Amino acid sequence: MDSTGHLETDASGAGVAMDAIMRQVAEHKGCGTHGGAGKASCGSGAGENDLPAEIWEKVKNHPCYSEEAHHHYARMHVAVAPACNIQCNYCNRKYDCANESRPGVVSEKLTPEQAAKKVLAVASTIPQMTVLGIAGPGDPLANPAKTFKTFELISKSAPDIKLCLSTNGLALPDHVDTIARYNVDHVTITINMVDPEIGAKIYPWIFWNHKRIEGVEAARILTERQLRGLEMLTERGILCKVNSVMIPGVNDKHLVEVNRAVKSRGAFLHNIMPLISAPEHGTVFGLNGQRGPTARELKALQDECEGEMNMMRHCRQCRADAVGLLGEDRSEEFTTDKVMAMEVNYDLESRKAYQDAVESGRQAKVAAKREELETLAGESSDIRILVAVATKGSGLINEHFGHAKEFQIYELSTSGAKFVGHRRVDLYCQGGFGDEDALETVIRAINDCHAVFVARIGGCPKSDLAKAGIAAVDEFAHEFIEKSAIAWFRAYLEKVKSGEVAHQARGDAAIRQGALLATAE
Amino acid sequence: MAYRIVGSQCTSCSACEAECPNQAISERGGTFVIEPAKCTECIGHFDTPQCVAVCPVDDTCVIDRNYPRHQAP
Repeated sequence: MDSTGHLETDASGAGVAMDAIMRQVAEHKGCGTHGGAGKASCGSGAGENDLPAEIWEKVKNHPCYSEEAHHHYARMHVAVAPACNIQCNYCNRKYDCANESRPGVVSEKLTPEQAAKKVLAVASTIPQMTVLGIAGPGDPLANPAKTFKTFELISKSAPDIKLCLSTNGLALPDHVDTIARYNVDHVTITINMVDPEIGAKIYPWIFWNHKRIEGVEAARILTERQLRGLEMLTERGILCKVNSVMIPGVNDKHLVEVNRAVKSRGAFLHNIMPLISAPEHGTVFGLNGQRGPTARELKALQDECEGEMNMMRHCRQCRADAVGLLGEDRSEEFTTDKVMAMEVNYDLESRKAYQDAVESGRQAKVAAKREELETLAGESSDIRILVAVATKGSGLINEHFGHAKEFQIYELSTSGAKFVGHRRVDLYCQGGFGDEDALETVIRAINDCHAVFVARIGGCPKSDLAKAGIAAVDEFAHEFIEKSAIAWFRAYLEKVKSGEVAHQARGDAAIRQGALLATAE
Repeated sequence: MAYRIVGSQCTSCSACEAECPNQAISERGGTFVIEPAKCTECIGHFDTPQCVAVCPVDDTCVIDRNYPRHQAP
């Protein structure tokens, strides 16, 4: 993975103008691999040696822009932007549930002043919180006064925090200069289509120039504005991620074309996410039975686009008021009442010291992986398998099977261990999903995996997993994920070679849709 | 007549507040309300009432028949 994904840069790259680097990133196909089975993961999975220094500086502690960073650094969203200027068939603004985790949902909206106080409170409590995003619950650029006021207040009081925003793009061209002025250096645009005929199936209407515009005309205006906004941002050296919702039968095949369109306009990262469409959410897609993709369908599309550009696979489709590491949500600790009562001591020095310690742990992880990877050199096999990992972060196998709310998925092959996604399972210990047995829920979610790596697991679930064909592996407890996975894979290949194990392909897996049944303990 | 907002339908997203040409809309008790005396139904400003056009929930900004139709000056 990373080791095959080198961008050809060296010390001379430091003197290259930003726009040249952006062009280089944009033009670089698949970060160093050209076709074949060895598609590289760069961008999301890329490490320090895989990116130009300037880009690495921008993404290295941004959990959304770097898969590697998301094990170590946290983000928060502040819900200062409730209004929206478009309607999407996968969104229902009436729905609000504290146990629900997906975009467009928040428990309370904030004024810019409340948001600024909240950021300081969170940054003081969680020193690895490095990124502040405004992602709604509507569209940040449909609420420009509140959005930019929030950025202004935060850049004064917490200058070390990176600012980013996420938009549908309709109003984007009008605000690019302001975005640049406030040093917002990461912008995410949700682009689900570049063909207005397809767009008309996703967007019932937009509000544009004081009119509600429907159908193909609405989608045509939207796609023009999105692509122009993307071009304007990349011209200014602002790093852009494109989010696309994969809607089977509507835009799934078309997203390959979207991928090409955004890549050619300089987007840094493409994040293809599964449609969330449970009927109880009350969205148009949820009510008319539109299904989301299976895990295999999602991965196949992501793999297909990866030859074209960097893919993000660690997105948790989080709420517009989420706080913490991706995959965890500590927003309950920081409600407005609690934040206003907090005495905040924002200490830049101690934040920096903490982050320095995180960096050295992170380098140890990368070194361990590299060392282990060398042991695979010379091995040759067509076997590629998926494994699930229970982790609380820091790149370690450090979560008990029964406490895992999600599993991270790695693809193992002789080229290494590559992060390819994650699966929500909620808390197996606290009951299953609906009438389904709790362990059944987990098995359904990781059914495409050959093994699950855990810090600990009870005898019962271990044998049930074995019956389902999934090996529970606990001998790498509290060790680095990738190093352990590679070591285990090497032993697996040995067993296959000696005939001790017969290699068999696994089935597909389901992507969880419903509300969280239990929040963190 | 003026427009009014059906409180039980309002998501409190505030989109209408910014679009109203008369500053007739404000937040009260968690949802948004239209001050009928200020509402011109957008007559003379726009082709369609802005609150109706921007509201994410259908049938939330509705005509209030308790008030006479607005007469353009």
